[in-house]
Amino acid sequence: MAKENCIISLQGVNKVYDGNTVVNDFNLDITKGEFVTFLGPSGCGKTTTLRMIAGFETPTSGQILLNGEDITRIPPHKRPINTVFQRYALFPYLNVYDNVAFGLKLKKIPYEKTKKDGTVVTKMRHLTREEIDAKVMRALKIIDLEDLETRDISTLSGGQQQRVAIARAIVNEPEILLLDEPLGALDLKMRKEMQLELKDMHKKLGITFIYVTHDQEEALTMSDTIVVMKSGEIQQVGTPIDIYNEPVSAYVANFIGESNIYNATMVGKLKVKFLNHVFDCVDDFPLNEKVDVVVRPEDVEITVIKDEATSDKLVAKITNKIFKGIHYEYVLEVGKSEIVAQSTKDYPLDSMVYIDFEPENIQIMKKELTKNLYPEAYLDKNNKLIISDAKFDVDVSQLLKGSHVDDELYLIAENGKKYDLDDADVIAEIGLGDIEIVDGYDNGNANGVVVSTIYIGDHWQVIVRTQEEEDFVVDTQDTWNEGDLVSVIVKPEKISLTLKGNIDKYEVE
Amino acid sequence: MKSNKAKRFFTLQRKYLSIPYIVFLVLFIIVPIGIVMFYAFTYEYTDPVTGVKFISASGQAFLNFFTSWSKWNVLFVSLFIATLTTLICLLIGFPLAYFLADKKVNKNAVFVTLFIAPMWINFVLRTGATRDLLTWMGINGGNHPYVATLIGMVQNYLPFVILPLYTTMLKLDKSQIEAARDLGANPTQVFTKNILPQAFPGIVSACLMTFMPTMSSYVISDVLSEGKITLFGNYIELEFTNKAWHDGSFMALVMLVFIGLTMLISQKSSKEGKKEGGSW
Repeated sequence: MAKENCIISLQGVNKVYDGNTVVNDFNLDITKGEFVTFLGPSGCGKTTTLRMIAGFETPTSGQILLNGEDITRIPPHKRPINTVFQRYALFPYLNVYDNVAFGLKLKKIPYEKTKKDGTVVTKMRHLTREEIDAKVMRALKIIDLEDLETRDISTLSGGQQQRVAIARAIVNEPEILLLDEPLGALDLKMRKEMQLELKDMHKKLGITFIYVTHDQEEALTMSDTIVVMKSGEIQQVGTPIDIYNEPVSAYVANFIGESNIYNATMVGKLKVKFLNHVFDCVDDFPLNEKVDVVVRPEDVEITVIKDEATSDKLVAKITNKIFKGIHYEYVLEVGKSEIVAQSTKDYPLDSMVYIDFEPENIQIMKKELTKNLYPEAYLDKNNKLIISDAKFDVDVSQLLKGSHVDDELYLIAENGKKYDLDDADVIAEIGLGDIEIVDGYDNGNANGVVVSTIYIGDHWQVIVRTQEEEDFVVDTQDTWNEGDLVSVIVKPEKISLTLKGNIDKYEVE
Repeated sequence: MKSNKAKRFFTLQRKYLSIPYIVFLVLFIIVPIGIVMFYAFTYEYTDPVTGVKFISASGQAFLNFFTSWSKWNVLFVSLFIATLTTLICLLIGFPLAYFLADKKVNKNAVFVTLFIAPMWINFVLRTGATRDLLTWMGINGGNHPYVATLIGMVQNYLPFVILPLYTTMLKLDKSQIEAARDLGANPTQVFTKNILPQAFPGIVSACLMTFMPTMSSYVISDVLSEGKITLFGNYIELEFTNKAWHDGSFMALVMLVFIGLTMLISQKSSKEGKKEGGSW
């Protein structure tokens, strides 16, 4: 049931257009007076959701409750909800005053009338000219445009038009104000100003604001609550601080602020391994669990290596440095991985530094593991796939549509072009169910030790770790014991390859 | 300072490209109007003594026009028919254009083409066909001259209403319609307070496209009312066939003034209605 003080509640709302699900099972309660932002990339369904609240679209299924009453099928003009449109949608044939007064002139309010026989009846009447005037002038004052009331819309600047659009909506004293990317058409400086003004207005008016944007900074600056959306589904709901500090998935982390995201493995109690280094952390996850790790650039601690003193800290090389005004932004390299860091201190380019993270700054997120991903694999001269010393037979012709491999192991394209894939860097993907584990140390493509077995519903998930610390996660019906020495076998057709970079550089004459 | 370069005899400048049109304009628009003006303010007299005919500056045509009840009558009938035709065309054309502007209905603009297709057929032929059709339906110049003429006019000028309105409807700002709904306008109010004002420039051009030509048309009324309705255009034609060049010219001038006035009024209201102006 809806929480207390809930003004609008979306319950299991779905919207399907021509068989495409645009909004999928959307459940959200919004508290009275809250500033809620729907955040997501374009096409994530945020505007559609807003339009369903406004009444321009009807949900395919689900309910929208306003103060507990079902408004799912009520037309927009009967809802106490007003919208500030993306491109303002002002009426160009009316001046500023009449634009703002548009809603008021249509409005009818109840009043009590005593009939001749003494009975009191409730009738509806339009607002008087004076009432409208007072409200319009007050709204124009809120948006700071009192002097422009008689101006034509076309003579206003973008920012001024934006303000008129806001005044036109708030003058009706709606219970909820919907804002559909209202600052999208303004320049950066204007946008920042309007953000603060909107926030201020929200405080003063006490109206519930529902704001739609794809700009994460805007969302962080203004909202009480952020709803992060992806392909029609809610990813996370929380305060800006929660969402920034505790993203639930790599998607949210990536969308909110700049972040370093790595594949990682839990290697001990409160110990996580990524960048080939073990760090302390504060999130408790089961041993050997595959996780995503997020570290914000501002949380990367850089220390200069004083002398040759060896430390067990992670060593990185500064490969790029940009002055950003308040801070420097560094790109550091550890092996083949990159770390983006921000620091107010000035470190020389190309120097070697220590990198460290505070345990609480390492945000660990559960990863829905669907396949084994080997981003640092490559091909050798015999067209075999090398994943840290383990050799696999693969079908390299999948890298180029319509191609085949000739007797000399060159890849021949449809148009006759010839490619030599020796040492080509590829990303290899192997499904969890596509790996076979066999007994013995030398019976397969790679060999290792079973480090983890978990029973998931109807099968075991086994992790085999090689000597080079590469993990193969395998879904199997067989039972294995931790510590077993095993080999893994993967059929060539089960490995999917993606070439890093363009194939053209491997072309031979 | 003296330029070393020899002065070229002729340089093609962009403005020379307008020469063909200017020649045309002078020959076929300015000169004829001048002739009309000349005839309108002169009159042909016969010297009572010698019996020689001569032309002299005179306000006789002016006088003839303003003292002739039949000419005034013709003017009023023309205004009446033109106004009625415009109104009927708008009443039919506006909803139709709104309907056609919906992409779902009018895929690839096939329907619009269908409605505009009559414009491709010569209108004298078309009018003749209409007369036969109307006679077959039992409406003819003999029994219903006004109805027949109106039907002919509407049929003839409807495409000129649909086209500008259709173009405006295509450009209707859907977000404005949504904004009006959002601000509490019910479907009727959305129409009167948003769609109509938005379509105003289109309505003005549609009116211009019908009102002015209806005023001056004479073939349609001639053919369809079997000569029972005399419009302003008919009268001018009549004067000219009777070789009353001066009276005819003056009436042509009156019509020119009327058309100029409607243009002026529509331009003004169009400007007030919407800054961007009409599409025609």
